[in-house]
Amino acid sequence: MNSSGVSRALHHYAILTAGATLLLLMAGALVVGYEAGLAVPDWPLSYGTWMPPLVGGILYEHGHRMIAGTVGVLTTALVIWLWWKEPRRWVKALGLVAWVAVVAQAILGGLTVLYRLPVPVVIAHGCLAQTFFCLVLSLALVTSPAWERAAQAAEEPPAPDFWHLAAAATAALFIQLALGAALRHKALGLGPHWVWAGVAGFLVGWVCYRAVTELAVQDGLRKLARWLGGILALQVALGVASYAFRAVTQGIHEPQTSVVLITSAHLATGALLLGCSLLVTLLAYRRVAAAGKVASFAGDPQRTFA
Amino acid sequence: MIRSKLFWMVPLSLTLGLLGCGGGQPPAEQSGGAAAPSATPAAAPAAPIDPATAATITGKVAFDGTAPARPRIRMDAVPACTQRSSEAALVEEAIVNDNKTLRNVFVYVKEGLGDRSFPPPAEEVVLDQQGCVYHPHVLGLIAGQKLRIKNGDPTNHNIHPMPAQNREWNTSMPPGAADLIQEFPRAEVMIPVKCNVHPWMKAYVGVLRHPFFAITGADGSFEIKGLPPGSYTIEAWHEKYGTQQMQVTVGEKESKQVDFTVKG
Repeated sequence: MNSSGVSRALHHYAILTAGATLLLLMAGALVVGYEAGLAVPDWPLSYGTWMPPLVGGILYEHGHRMIAGTVGVLTTALVIWLWWKEPRRWVKALGLVAWVAVVAQAILGGLTVLYRLPVPVVIAHGCLAQTFFCLVLSLALVTSPAWERAAQAAEEPPAPDFWHLAAAATAALFIQLALGAALRHKALGLGPHWVWAGVAGFLVGWVCYRAVTELAVQDGLRKLARWLGGILALQVALGVASYAFRAVTQGIHEPQTSVVLITSAHLATGALLLGCSLLVTLLAYRRVAAAGKVASFAGDPQRTFA
Repeated sequence: MIRSKLFWMVPLSLTLGLLGCGGGQPPAEQSGGAAAPSATPAAAPAAPIDPATAATITGKVAFDGTAPARPRIRMDAVPACTQRSSEAALVEEAIVNDNKTLRNVFVYVKEGLGDRSFPPPAEEVVLDQQGCVYHPHVLGLIAGQKLRIKNGDPTNHNIHPMPAQNREWNTSMPPGAADLIQEFPRAEVMIPVKCNVHPWMKAYVGVLRHPFFAITGADGSFEIKGLPPGSYTIEAWHEKYGTQQMQVTVGEKESKQVDFTVKG
């Protein structure tokens, strides 16, 4: 296999790892939704075994652990592959950061069980999950042909401040996901999540608007930004539906499957939204930088961080 | 140069974001502050209660309004929960009896006993798991009294009390496991208990420093016997309808009726 073939295979493998991570995020959301976080009281084993009877909440909690284990193995293999075949040192280092993140995430998961869901740890577990997803997605991007094409600046780069806006939208989305985690674990009320949804939604919408109005129709970044807009619309709809279903089923003792599924879909779509926004940010930066138009925060469009 | 920037940009921005969201307050468990009632007997015990002069408080908890529906607990996905009983289990959050009274109300002396202390009795209180439902749904203990937890189901349960003043624990009980013996050393009304394996399973434990409590049953009545003459605050607690208090004074050998009415 030539180096291009290896690179393509590595890229596809990184996508597979990112997909498995998204599945893991959904499994985690199901654990919270079905209140099964402590259905298995021990860790790292489950009821002292590797495979307890998968009944009730044990199915969700142990299922989450099994998927997490799979993602851990996939990530380890990805990092080994990167260190073996990837020529760029910074990509190797990024892979190592992802591996450290997945190990830290496993430890946080264990702490949530052993210390019976301490709220800061549980919220950190949720935030690190999103961070890890972003890291793996970044690895998938930087090993992709699109990343190389962006460096060739074949297309007209976006305005220098476009990537600043995209970065702000990505940061806002990350904060919004953290607020969502705080809401789910009852550290905060609904207010901050609602208010910040407006801020994050506005920024993401602005990114989409600028991409659509300023970039060429065939531009890949424009297409990606359109996807971003579509995911944003879906996410808003799921957020409203999640609130409505919760309101309707309020007072019912046991977790309602409809609420659990919608809330889990809301969480997973939020991760997709964050990931897509990060891809837009990184690609925009790559193209702006390739064109030598990276603006400094001092406002000089010709200066670069270099 | 671009590479180095990207190398720092991706992990650094995400890590900074993570640090920003992971903070907050420390875990809010086992506060056990100075205000928490202690299971330690008072230093200067009051005079013993003379059974010959003991008073009784009786009453009932009436329900005013339309009885809430009791939906069936959907546990069909776990056959082990349903195989031993053909009757569908119903939600126990609010049970209105046929005589328009409320079941599972924990009625107890909240104030008025001063510094009297009551050693925990040797008799155990049993909490059983049958058909993936706790029996009883509401129970009372004296601080330090043994609680025997049984698992009569052919499936895994975990017992997870979530107290504010006592130590939280979460213990698994596989089918056929030996009974679990636990106790709560501090008074606390009420301690929710749940099973994380079967999230519909909920029970409530009231822990007091004295034995003057009762739980309403199928006729909604209660009786608290053996009280020394005096003035008391009686509180009725219900998991859905909250608490109500009444003041009552009883003399020697006196029996008084205290009726509560809960609005639905």
